[in-house]
Amino acid sequence: MSLISCKDVSLGYENKQVVEKLTFCVEKGNYLCIVGENGSGKSTLMKALLKLKTPACGSLVYGDGLKKNEIGYLPQQTAAQKDFPASVYEVVLSGRLNKCGLFPFYSKKHKAEAKKAMALLGISELSSRCYRELSGGQQQRVLLARALCASSKLLLLDEPVTGLDPHVTKDLYSVISELNRDGVTVIMVSHDIGAAVQYASHVLHLARTPRFFGKVEDYLKSDAGRSFLKGGEKNA
Amino acid sequence: MLDKVLAYFSAYPTVRYATAALLLISLCAALLGVSLVLKRFSMIGDGLSHVTFGAGAIATALGLMTPMYVSLPLTIVAAVLLLKIRSSTKIQGDAAIAMVSAGSLAFGYLLLNLFPGKSGSISGDACSALFGSGILGIARDDVIICACLALVVLFVFIFFYNKIFAITFDESFSSATGIRTELYNTLISIITGVIIVIAMNMVGALLISALIIFPALSAMRVFKTFRSVTICSAVISVFCALVGVLVSLMLNTPIGSTIVVADILVFAAFSLVGWLKGKA
Repeated sequence: MSLISCKDVSLGYENKQVVEKLTFCVEKGNYLCIVGENGSGKSTLMKALLKLKTPACGSLVYGDGLKKNEIGYLPQQTAAQKDFPASVYEVVLSGRLNKCGLFPFYSKKHKAEAKKAMALLGISELSSRCYRELSGGQQQRVLLARALCASSKLLLLDEPVTGLDPHVTKDLYSVISELNRDGVTVIMVSHDIGAAVQYASHVLHLARTPRFFGKVEDYLKSDAGRSFLKGGEKNA
Repeated sequence: MLDKVLAYFSAYPTVRYATAALLLISLCAALLGVSLVLKRFSMIGDGLSHVTFGAGAIATALGLMTPMYVSLPLTIVAAVLLLKIRSSTKIQGDAAIAMVSAGSLAFGYLLLNLFPGKSGSISGDACSALFGSGILGIARDDVIICACLALVVLFVFIFFYNKIFAITFDESFSSATGIRTELYNTLISIITGVIIVIAMNMVGALLISALIIFPALSAMRVFKTFRSVTICSAVISVFCALVGVLVSLMLNTPIGSTIVVADILVFAAFSLVGWLKGKA
């Protein structure tokens, strides 16, 4: 069974449909990139995938024994975090919270997992540094480590490279690809179409109706992909 | 001067109890303050304290000896409602808080005038509700209830410390990964309401929010991890409360404002230290 299967899903707010009749599925080990223009429903779909929003119609189900607390999420940063006093370790460890249940404190195992995630993302030496004093790229790595702490099965990344310079962006993409090669399923929302076709295994191109879903190779040959890529080059 | 204070402590057991309760309350207020300031909830505390004033006036009008029986439930209800309004889009959150706080202040003062309490002095009642009744004016039963509630709040805070950190730092991540953020937000507003009600007696409705936000803001000038900020804020708060009690007994000043002035001085000192640290 697919990790996530989405069938005829429509999403919207009070009187406005944002996404209509969307069907796609995510298999274990996939690297799916969700692309589309502003307002095409990327963030709304993300909320639905996280089960923070119920579809107006259609079905969206987790398969393969995926549970709600087995999803790692990398949200866009909020303004409040800019002046938040927290050490890197505190932030990463908070990713384990969904495994604690009612128990109020972290066990040794949780702490070890947090350290492992930090080592994997190369931020061990930043452990006691203050989160708000890090560079944008380092902050994203911290949040990625926290997401990994929450789950090593499925990561949902919401525009992870926004505001990063090209060099750091490339670094972050290769870290994500590495995680994917190690068996983590990745779903990434992005407007960076170039990176999508370079790194992802599948593309979901959202427009008012889904214009494309499938493998990257097929996307490049499709009309949707060709016109979008051309547009992207023109803008660049 | 100090002899005078010690004489107070030995002569009046109430002063000892009240001081102990006050220290506990300051501790709780400061612990919670860190989270409230970071969640941009500082104004909610201020709004709630006005609700407590209005509720206290209702209790006086009803002729109740312990206003807390009215103000505690009403303030908790208001806390939960304000949180709900904040997440809805129909009324702006800050407008809602301004509405509720000015409204309950007006309502409370009106009630005090229509149904004056037993003391017969409207301005005296209003003044003590707004600025605190001083440490000698507190009944022993009140002190015991306050201390018990403060202990409950302290326990809740320690028990949910990690959850409070997680939802304060990043609510969307927490709810996405299966933490019941709604529940914990409600819990935070409820214990905020409790602290405000129990602090009202001693420091008064208008000064409570200072007790909540100043220690947290001071600690944030200097410390950089959530744990150190929380601990430092608790220490500052207890220290300032103790200094406030001693000074107010020595100089016969109102206790609430004395504590707040101590908090402001510490804030100034910590800002300076933070600035110097930044320079170095």
